[in-house]
Amino acid sequence: MTDLASSAPQRIDWSDAELRKRLARRHSGDKWLKFAGIAALAISFSMLGILVLSLVSNGFAAFTQTHLKLEFEISADRVSAEDPAAGNYRAIVRDAMLGLFPEVTSRADQREIANIPSNGAQYILRDRVVADPALIGTRVTLSVPVSDPYDQLAKGLVDRKTPEANRRVNDQEIAWFDRLEEKGLVSKPLNTGLITNADSRFPELAGLRGAILGSFYALLVCFLISFPVGIAAAIYLEEFAPKNKLTDTVEININNLAAVPSVVFGLLALAVFIGWFGLPRSAPLVGGMTLALMTLPTIIIATRAAVKAVPPSIREAALGIGASKHQVVFGHVLPLAMPGILTGTIIGLAQALGETAPLLLIGMNAFITQAPGGILDSSTALPTQIFIWADSPERGFVSRTSAAICVLLVFLILMNALAVVLRKRFERRW
Amino acid sequence: MIGYLFLVLLLAAAVGYVMNRATARAAIAGGSARFHSLAGFHGAYALLLTGLPAVLFVLLWLLLQGSVIDSIVIGSLPETEMAGLDAGRLSLIEAEIKSIARGNIFGTPEPWKLEAAERYNSLRSIASVALWVATLAIAAVGLYVARSRISPEFRARHRVEAITTWLMIACSVLAIFVTFGIVASLIYESIRFFDKVPITEFLFGLNWEPQIALREDQVAGAGAFGWVPVFLGTIVITTVALVVAVPIGLLSAIYLNEFASSRIRSISKPILEVLAGVPTVVYGFFAILVVAPAIRSAGAALGIDVAPNTALAAGGVMGIMLIPFISSFTDDALSAVPRALRDGSLALGATRGETVRKILFPAAIPGIVGGVLLAVSRAIGETMIVVMAAGLIATLTVNPLDSVTTVTVQIVTLLIGDSEFDNPKTLAAFALGLMLFIVTLALNLIALRFVRKYRELYD
Repeated sequence: MTDLASSAPQRIDWSDAELRKRLARRHSGDKWLKFAGIAALAISFSMLGILVLSLVSNGFAAFTQTHLKLEFEISADRVSAEDPAAGNYRAIVRDAMLGLFPEVTSRADQREIANIPSNGAQYILRDRVVADPALIGTRVTLSVPVSDPYDQLAKGLVDRKTPEANRRVNDQEIAWFDRLEEKGLVSKPLNTGLITNADSRFPELAGLRGAILGSFYALLVCFLISFPVGIAAAIYLEEFAPKNKLTDTVEININNLAAVPSVVFGLLALAVFIGWFGLPRSAPLVGGMTLALMTLPTIIIATRAAVKAVPPSIREAALGIGASKHQVVFGHVLPLAMPGILTGTIIGLAQALGETAPLLLIGMNAFITQAPGGILDSSTALPTQIFIWADSPERGFVSRTSAAICVLLVFLILMNALAVVLRKRFERRW
Repeated sequence: MIGYLFLVLLLAAAVGYVMNRATARAAIAGGSARFHSLAGFHGAYALLLTGLPAVLFVLLWLLLQGSVIDSIVIGSLPETEMAGLDAGRLSLIEAEIKSIARGNIFGTPEPWKLEAAERYNSLRSIASVALWVATLAIAAVGLYVARSRISPEFRARHRVEAITTWLMIACSVLAIFVTFGIVASLIYESIRFFDKVPITEFLFGLNWEPQIALREDQVAGAGAFGWVPVFLGTIVITTVALVVAVPIGLLSAIYLNEFASSRIRSISKPILEVLAGVPTVVYGFFAILVVAPAIRSAGAALGIDVAPNTALAAGGVMGIMLIPFISSFTDDALSAVPRALRDGSLALGATRGETVRKILFPAAIPGIVGGVLLAVSRAIGETMIVVMAAGLIATLTVNPLDSVTTVTVQIVTLLIGDSEFDNPKTLAAFALGLMLFIVTLALNLIALRFVRKYRELYD
């Protein structure tokens, strides 16, 4: 120390060129690090942007559906009044189409023209007549969806300049469709069928009703199991459990469960719920039970955090005026922790809503054209429906898939927004 | 049906609560003796005694009913028809009988099948009546016992609290049961698999061709179950994912932690979190819709031959998914470095960048490594992205431009659709699942070790 004190403080020559160069180099190193950080963030954000943009721009097409306004003649010899459901509606739709093109006589062309409206047009007509048998013998004007290639054409997704052989509709078919458009028969209303129809082999008829209901039932089961069980487990571990081997094992298990790959839960469900207990395949009940096992750690961890955040003064005050330990916990701590618990639960359920792999293994990827009526009916779920549609070769399913993803993301955003609102509104800082 | 049963039980429990509470209240108001417990606890005691045993009974019944009825029906089938049938054939007959029982009759089934279907239906209706009667009887007994216990000396509060404590213990032990269930089911099915395929062939075999001929005359491979190429494919895709995720995640965390203003931080962090919240099936579709075609056309422009379902697409998209994971772990690790180290470094004249590189980063390394290991475990277990975007055929290659398959892809493709439990193809999925579980569990444990170790360093 004496050496330092005795020597005069060394003067630094700030104008020294070498020093300036060294300093500049050090600062440029800083700048590079900062720049790399900004670039990394920019990459992440642009990826998110591309993801959302590509989904929305692709899915946009599926939010409208091209319809054709046709006049159908429900003649009594095609549909009998006794049994209107058994009528020959296919021929009625065919006649309605051919009536618009009286000059086409070749059978092959006539078949092509009959294919312009969707294959489901006959069923729409049938349902209409069955609901109102008085229509038999009259003429009915109905808007029916057109089949997928013409839907793509009307939305401008088919490039008319590509060589005819590479197009799904040939020049003749385009000419026919243009004539229909000139007559003002083609309209593009909002595609309500996307929400109200169940799944179908034909993209123009396929909807998400079955998938949304299936997801709803599965989440309901998941909530009914994981919410009470999760809260009970968390409260026990946080408030009552003695510190011993058993509780240590439980804690390690819960943390491990949170990190087990989701597909392993699917294997568990397949072997135990379906294989050993004989529960039905593809049922939202089994899906919900599987999702509940995966959601449980999330809810337990959230509940423990919320319970821990309640200050000890509350507990001590309640204990002080003679409440029992249980009365303190269930009468005071739990109600005060509820907002935090609910937030965690909603976030856990949102994760469960997007979970796909375990549902595939228990068969919730079946092709089912009917919305489920309960938790034991076969059904799909939103994410598995997306998977099925993404696998389908028809062009129309590309936009349907994107639209289905948009629907799923809307549900996720709503749930997360609800969680944020709950937290903002009810969270108390002590 | 079952829904109504639960509704009735709920109602019965509520009635028990109200009745017992009212009786206890009246007795307390009568003032003949001081009651040990409040009236509400007498009510709660009735609620638990009425509802709980009955609900447990119903659940147990439902779990067992299906398999018991099946085995009764199968056991009563005529011996002459059953002789020499293997398990697959038997389950086919069982399915046929059930579909006849539901009223879907195709063709003209043999009379003994119709008989069995009838027996199946009658057993089911008997079971449902028996369930109702037994459940309501249990509830009634519970209610009766609770009613008869109302007295000044009865410690209802203690009883209620003891029951709720046991309920809570049961709920928390459930986590152990789930782990046990996973391990038990995986090991049980795997052992059955190793009966058919020797374990050494599975662990060290270099061929994975699970397509086994269903009929004798079908042309197909004999079936090879060596998991090495499948695991190699998993490693290739995981590596690609980490090459994308680790630098981007690290750099963005460093930027947000050290350089960014608090406003940028408060906006950027939630946006990064959104990347973690996107369902994986969406990433999978993104990979096949946008990323794979883009990589292919980029490869074509450079004159490189890229497989349509290249590991780059699946791995790259998985990397995007893992960015928030890595960045939040790095963020935690950097923030956990004591303030004194950072301030000391800055006070000695180091720039911010030098502080990060030479002080903070080395100090945070254990935490970051832990995070990366957890990310690896995530990537190995990730399913939907690879199912949609990676290949199905296992090739022994480390070239990321090729199409590779992964453990999770094989599990899903082997089990999708109808599957019987006695087929090595189906059982192979469980063996793969067991390996997956072991690998991810080991990675998680090591990662937790790392994280804990660096925490101890500064405590």
